[in-house]
Amino acid sequence: MALADRPPSTDAVAPRFSLWRLVWPMGGKARVRRTARVPWIPIAIISVIVVMAIFAPLLAPYSPIDQTLRDKLLPPAWMTGGSDKYFLGTDAFGRDILSRLIYGARVSLMVAVLALTVGGGVGLAVGIVAGYVGGAVDSVLMRLVDAAFTFPAILFALLLSVTMGQGLGTLVVAITLLLWASFARVIRGEVLSLRQRDFVALARVRGCSAPRIMLTHILPNVLNTFMVLVTLNIGVVIIAEATLSFLGAGIPPPTPTWGLMISEGRGRIADAWWVALIPGIAITLMVLSVNLFGDWLRDRLDPRLRQL
Amino acid sequence: MKRYIARRLMQGAVLLCMVATIVFFLGRLTGNPVDLMLPEDATAEDRAALTQTLGLDGPILDQFAIFVGKAIHGDLGTSIRMKQPAVDAFFDRLPNTLVLIPWAILLGMLLGIPLGVAAALHRGGLLDRAAGTVAVLGVAVPSFWLGILLIFVFSVELGWLPSGRMGGPAHYVLPVITLGTFLVAGFMRITRSAMLEVMESEFVKLARIKGLSEAVVIWKHCLRNALIPVLTLWGVFVGNLITGAIVTETVFAWPGIGRLTYEAVIYRDFPLLQAVIILKSILILAINLAVDILYAYVDPRIRLA
Repeated sequence: MALADRPPSTDAVAPRFSLWRLVWPMGGKARVRRTARVPWIPIAIISVIVVMAIFAPLLAPYSPIDQTLRDKLLPPAWMTGGSDKYFLGTDAFGRDILSRLIYGARVSLMVAVLALTVGGGVGLAVGIVAGYVGGAVDSVLMRLVDAAFTFPAILFALLLSVTMGQGLGTLVVAITLLLWASFARVIRGEVLSLRQRDFVALARVRGCSAPRIMLTHILPNVLNTFMVLVTLNIGVVIIAEATLSFLGAGIPPPTPTWGLMISEGRGRIADAWWVALIPGIAITLMVLSVNLFGDWLRDRLDPRLRQL
Repeated sequence: MKRYIARRLMQGAVLLCMVATIVFFLGRLTGNPVDLMLPEDATAEDRAALTQTLGLDGPILDQFAIFVGKAIHGDLGTSIRMKQPAVDAFFDRLPNTLVLIPWAILLGMLLGIPLGVAAALHRGGLLDRAAGTVAVLGVAVPSFWLGILLIFVFSVELGWLPSGRMGGPAHYVLPVITLGTFLVAGFMRITRSAMLEVMESEFVKLARIKGLSEAVVIWKHCLRNALIPVLTLWGVFVGNLITGAIVTETVFAWPGIGRLTYEAVIYRDFPLLQAVIILKSILILAINLAVDILYAYVDPRIRLA
């Protein structure tokens, strides 16, 4: 029903694939025609990272935690002094960077899944209630959303890590604070126009209760938008998690996370650049890929979101 | 206009109360906040004394009243590590951040706005593609890593620029680039889309029909109107700058309020962190208020709404 209600897409001409076109709206008529093809390269990168995360114990050549001090700070295999045993080199404790990178993908993805489920879910609920119920409820909730936009969530995340202690739970709560408002704002906008539609009026006439209308009539119709928002925010979550780890407010060591790896390698940048720079490349590739994928998904499912 | 300012002031005050309340109750999340307020080697007498001062033996609402009363008199507790009032520590460091931020904003505007205009004028051209790539990379590269990368390239490998701490003009270059990069991308994106919109409007067509030169049409008629949405972004940028400053100052060992926040976190200095968050909130609200007033002044539709 959700798809059938939308205006039919007009992308008849299949254009040549181009990455940047996905993220840089061309405006006017050009925008409609130049709907890009499936972004295979980002999808491939995302798949590799997801597989790495799921099968980490099988893929990682070494333990991500055990230290081999004899082999500390070895450069990547292709550099002089590098060892074939450690393809991406080792850190100051002689831990294999490739193995830590593979295990680090687990943390990034786990935090992303949990935080997007919780944060996105809260935003979805707030958006539907605010948009459908309206009135005072709407204005109070939207004031809260405005407030959440004004204050950097990272400050509260840091405060939580000190008061609640570091860990997965704290991280998920912190990133929820970062996400919910933007979800709520977009979903509410969507619901405002949905509630004017005939099928909602009919449901009301038939005597459906408000919660029932919200669950069975409104919710299915905003799921497309919700999925696009989730995809577009994966990158936000990964960067936030890495930043908090870097600042000492993420998952505590020795669990390998990409942000923590960068933080640990920071002091050694002069003699062992690979410790800090390699995880950053992983983060950039991952975020770039999910963003390009998300933009493509948005163009497919909900092009109106482009203006946001 | 006065009524508009008064209303905004009221909203700001309400928000500030909310922040203070959240901070207060978060501090009590773990049970006894005395453990958060005192160093780990504190004696039982110390604990008893602080419990007494904070009224922790009383009901929670009384405690809240004491907290608020002290906060109004500018007392937000004493830093555990620095052994000085947290408010003083904040204001000691604030100037160091305030000398950094204007340069980052300047960089963002000087690069971002002209690039956005150029991208809009050559829509679909090479320049537009280049600008698009910058915008995409700008959100994908974590800024703390960018800072470390810059240190590696310009300090370690090339030896051109110092890698950290405050000092002469050369010390500003890398932190300003790190802090300003996301601003460049942000200014560029919003300028581009605002320009594209304005260039389609009737008054621009009229200006062209009148025979005005293309330069006057673009830089005077279009850009001046396109800058209005750019102004709205300031509120968002302030929050981002506060976050960005934490990361940038940490990477470059810059002794500002961002670095102070980081230190409060890694040394688990709860009173300091609590003070820093409340004071930063005041700062953010004040800047947002100033921006909104400026915005209402530039665009009358806002204050009349």
